[in-house]
Amino acid sequence: MKEIRWHGRGGQGGFTASRLLGIAASVHGNKHALAFPSFGPERRGAPVLAFTKIDDTKLNDRSEVEESDYVVVMDETLIDSGFSKGIKTGATIVINTTQPERYRALLPSYTIMSIDASKIAMEILGRHITNTAMYGALAAASDLVSLDAALESIKTEMKPAIAEKNMRIVKLAYETVKNQM
Amino acid sequence: MKNNKIFISGDEAVAVGVKLSRPHVIAAYPITPQTITVERLSDMVEAKELDAEYMHVESEHSAISATMGASAVGARTFTASSSQGLLYMTEGLHYCSGGRYPVVMMNANRSVALPWSIYGDQRDSLSLLDSGWIQVYVEDAQEALDMIIQAYKIAEHKDVLTPMMVNLDGFILTHTYELVDIPNQDEVDQFLPAFITPNKMSFEDPKNLGFSSKPDDNTEFKYQQNEAMFNAIPVLQDVDKEFGSKFGRTYHGMVEEYKCEDAEVVLVALGSVCGTVRVVIDNMRKAGKKVGLLKIRYMRPFPEAEVKALGKRVKAMGVIDKDISFGYEGTVYTNVNSALSKIDKHVFKQNFVGGLGGRDITKNEIEAMFNKLFLGISSEQEEKVEFFSLNVETNE
Repeated sequence: MKEIRWHGRGGQGGFTASRLLGIAASVHGNKHALAFPSFGPERRGAPVLAFTKIDDTKLNDRSEVEESDYVVVMDETLIDSGFSKGIKTGATIVINTTQPERYRALLPSYTIMSIDASKIAMEILGRHITNTAMYGALAAASDLVSLDAALESIKTEMKPAIAEKNMRIVKLAYETVKNQM
Repeated sequence: MKNNKIFISGDEAVAVGVKLSRPHVIAAYPITPQTITVERLSDMVEAKELDAEYMHVESEHSAISATMGASAVGARTFTASSSQGLLYMTEGLHYCSGGRYPVVMMNANRSVALPWSIYGDQRDSLSLLDSGWIQVYVEDAQEALDMIIQAYKIAEHKDVLTPMMVNLDGFILTHTYELVDIPNQDEVDQFLPAFITPNKMSFEDPKNLGFSSKPDDNTEFKYQQNEAMFNAIPVLQDVDKEFGSKFGRTYHGMVEEYKCEDAEVVLVALGSVCGTVRVVIDNMRKAGKKVGLLKIRYMRPFPEAEVKALGKRVKAMGVIDKDISFGYEGTVYTNVNSALSKIDKHVFKQNFVGGLGGRDITKNEIEAMFNKLFLGISSEQEEKVEFFSLNVETNE
């Protein structure tokens, strides 16, 4: 089983991204997936977590995610002193940042991948909604889902009016991260 | 066969199950973590995807009253609630089962105040075992959807005519998204024909509904209500088998045994934690430990025969309770113990109380429960009630 932890702020679409990944893995990828938010009240702007679990067999484990294989950070100001609790040694962390070296020094036990998701979102959407850019970046930084499955999940989940732009974002973010590797 | 699987939450799966069951009247008051279900149903009615009357009632007490009234004149009805809302319905719950109105309800299992908590445990519904409702507990979103459809067929059966509550764990199931296979509407229509009430109000065949009784006939009514609950046992088993032959999924009726064939030690549990217990069993089996799970699906009617049969085969039984009956022990444990007391054999037992107010139940904790049960067999200890995440025993 692979466990993915998403860090965002209420309203940034982190939970949507966790669901998109689940859709790509299960509906378009022949695997099993669960996606869920950190349970409880929701507030715009407050730090929120979301989770995706992916496995080849039925996911029976309903306990909380304790050891993440991948962590996605949509807002780098969310990386605080307790951040690395519950992350597997050697895990991959994908951060929306222009200064990856800072985080490579801060979090030496992990593979740090970076992308300027804010820039991509502003260029294509004209709004600071970074969830699909981070989703595309995670798809590139992992072998959790293929690019095709990621694009299909956008078509499955989003209204046609916003799906096209978000598919462009996923593709651009995916290629940007692949070029770093 | 056309694949129609979609990635939805437990709340949404319930709404889809309700839509496929074609209710005439839906009356519900929103409450976390049930809210998404009634929002989706309201949307479906508004969009005319579902030809039902959606009554925006001002309280849960009115929700159960409205569904009961509509059911009395032959409508198929649905309501949904949770926690404080369910408790606010309590007067109506007894009224509804006594009137033999086959209302189907979804309950999102949630803790009960005080302290105020929107998070999950099973104290709400387990405190209502005596309200005369059939109670089933599900393990995932697929089972939630399927059990809504099955619930109408069971509740409306002429030998049952008893309301039914489908319970799913708040947040762990209601707010978790997973792949769910959506049955075809035509097949659901074949499986679940229209409800024909035997109590229909008409001028041609007048009847008395919402009656009162005197001491010389009340016991007869309550006897019949109890009989109807026992009648539900073969009915729900048949309905599950028929569902399986039509849709390819069965849930094994009253209980499901997981790896109990040669088990020495089993845990008994309800709802979503059963999934996590399965994972622990698979791991412990690799190390040669003979462990198993008894997933209780129905708390009413209670699976006495199944508990007794398993009790005769195992050395120890632990019961996980996401509830506590203050001053005694977990309610599931009391029920399981009652059944085990009727077999002529000593089984080591232990009650594990936890997961209260949304606290996670971890795989390590479940493994520790199995190990304590093994220890209990070998050391002939007294049975214990333990708040497991506090590591405290309560009956010393």
